[in-house]
Amino acid sequence: MQRVKALYENEFDQGLAPAVHFENVGVRYGMGPEVLRDLTFSIEPRSFQFLTGPSGAGKTTLLRLILLSVRPTRGLVSLFGQDVSKISKDGLTALRRRMGVVFQDFRLLDHLTTYENVALPLRVQGKEEASYRAEVVELLRWVGLGDRMHVLPPVLSGGEKQRAAIARALIVRPDLLLADEPTGNVDPSLARRLLRLFIELNRLGTSVVIATHDFSLMDQLNVRRLVLGDGHLHIDA
Amino acid sequence: MSEPSSPNPRQPPAERPLPASLRRNAPLVPVESAGGRALAAVIAILTFLAALCAGGAELVAASSAQWQSAVSREITIQVRPQAQRSIEADIEQAVSLARRAPGVEEVQTFSKAESERLLEPWLGTGLDFSDLPVPRLIVIKLQEGTQPDFSGLRQALREKVPTASLDDHALWLTRLSTMANTVIVVGLVLVILVLVAASLAVTFATRGAMAGNREVVDVLHFVGANDDYIAREFQRRFFRLGLRGSAMGAGAALIVTIILGMLTRSWRASPAGDQLEALFGSFSIGWRGYATVILIALIVAFITAAISRLTVRRFLNEAG
Ligand SMILES: Nc1ncnc2c1ncn2[C@@H]1O[C@H](COP(=O)(O)OP(=O)(O)OP(=O)(O)O)[C@@H](O)[C@H]1O
Ligand SMILES: [Mg+2]
Repeated sequence: MQRVKALYENEFDQGLAPAVHFENVGVRYGMGPEVLRDLTFSIEPRSFQFLTGPSGAGKTTLLRLILLSVRPTRGLVSLFGQDVSKISKDGLTALRRRMGVVFQDFRLLDHLTTYENVALPLRVQGKEEASYRAEVVELLRWVGLGDRMHVLPPVLSGGEKQRAAIARALIVRPDLLLADEPTGNVDPSLARRLLRLFIELNRLGTSVVIATHDFSLMDQLNVRRLVLGDGHLHIDA
Repeated sequence: MSEPSSPNPRQPPAERPLPASLRRNAPLVPVESAGGRALAAVIAILTFLAALCAGGAELVAASSAQWQSAVSREITIQVRPQAQRSIEADIEQAVSLARRAPGVEEVQTFSKAESERLLEPWLGTGLDFSDLPVPRLIVIKLQEGTQPDFSGLRQALREKVPTASLDDHALWLTRLSTMANTVIVVGLVLVILVLVAASLAVTFATRGAMAGNREVVDVLHFVGANDDYIAREFQRRFFRLGLRGSAMGAGAALIVTIILGMLTRSWRASPAGDQLEALFGSFSIGWRGYATVILIALIVAFITAAISRLTVRRFLNEAG
């Protein structure tokens, strides 16, 4: 055990520890049935994978487990080599700063403009506005929101909100990107474009997990697929 | 829409000009709602009350200090006429004793006629006082800033002029200062109560704002904000609200003071005005009064900020 721990720490230092590691993880909401059972898998650094399964299979729940917004009812979850069961609040903040998330329901802040929403992860780290302005603007142009920067989210279309949410997740160039149905509201050509953005990010060193049930999207890439069904996970390599 | 050649966000290209002003500096937590305005109003009212209490206490403190220094700068010797003794000789003796006492600036004797005039308001004019044993007064003015000991003079008078008695107003002064102190303490207690009420109002408003902004707080957590940062954001909003509310309250209190000052000035011609002024001094509060009001406003604003921060921290800890 001691040796395993030492090995983990060593790997972590070299950036080789898995970004995510689950061991026999099970989770239930309240007193309900177990939504996910006996999950054991890893997400390697710099890897790219899809997470799929029918609606209600637990894709969002699995992503929330990784985000630590849902705690496992049993099993072991570790992120970047750190066991999360005894993590401090500061440690939690540090972990979240290494992750970017695209929520299925976007979760943009309605009182901030598109630009401010995308800049939010940098702003909460206390960075000066001048230091990231150009970067944010460039990313907004890349996702096609260059002329929607000063607009509040309620007047954006579904696809525009989705792109803003994606930009917000990418802006910090996270070590791990979790995207929940990131192409659910856009046309196929824009979906391809966004996929290219994720691939580019992956090339720069980010592990990417894309939850989707869009087979035409998954068929564009020959990568690992984590398939959820009946609460269990199986992996198509 | 032409596709840029590379989405590489590491190297911001500078070919296209950036929009002039992206910065709106919008607050991260929206508190500027109806609830926020209600809180500002409550804070304004409470500040107004606290400022009036504090200003009133200051007024009493200043006036009583003024009376006390005026009254304690004067002592009187009363010489009663006695059939066997010459009152004029007694007065002369008392005056010369008083002149020799320490700290005395001026000794002034009321002549027989002046003493009788002092009694007129009580006895009416046109009376013949020659049959009445009217006591005579010697007023002794003391040097400013001295608190001389009169036991020597009292002793000397008792031995040499048994018909004279010294009154240094000590009893009256203690009563006066006790009363003034009571009023001041009551004023301060009221100020503290009002501040406590303001804190409670802020606590409830903050909890309401937190509950209403649950989603926002969650998102801030997910994008990597720590509790400290979130608490600071809330604190900043509430500090502004508090400052605005307390400035309005303090402004109203200052206006009321100024109006009261003007009213008393117009009353001053009337006899009632004389009495009011005798009681309170002129109503215009000095710089200390204004400073008190401004200080109260600042205290309220800081309390608002501190309490909201504390409440937010506790709320975030409860939420896990
Ligand atoms: N907060 C919750 N409380 C109780 N049950 C929940 C909660 N969230 C999800 N569930 C249940 O957990 C199961 C998995 O839900 P989840 O949202 O993870 O599915 P999903 O794979 O993301 O579905 P979709 O593809 O439709 O987004 C569902 O049966 C759902 O009803
Ligand atoms: Mg889902």
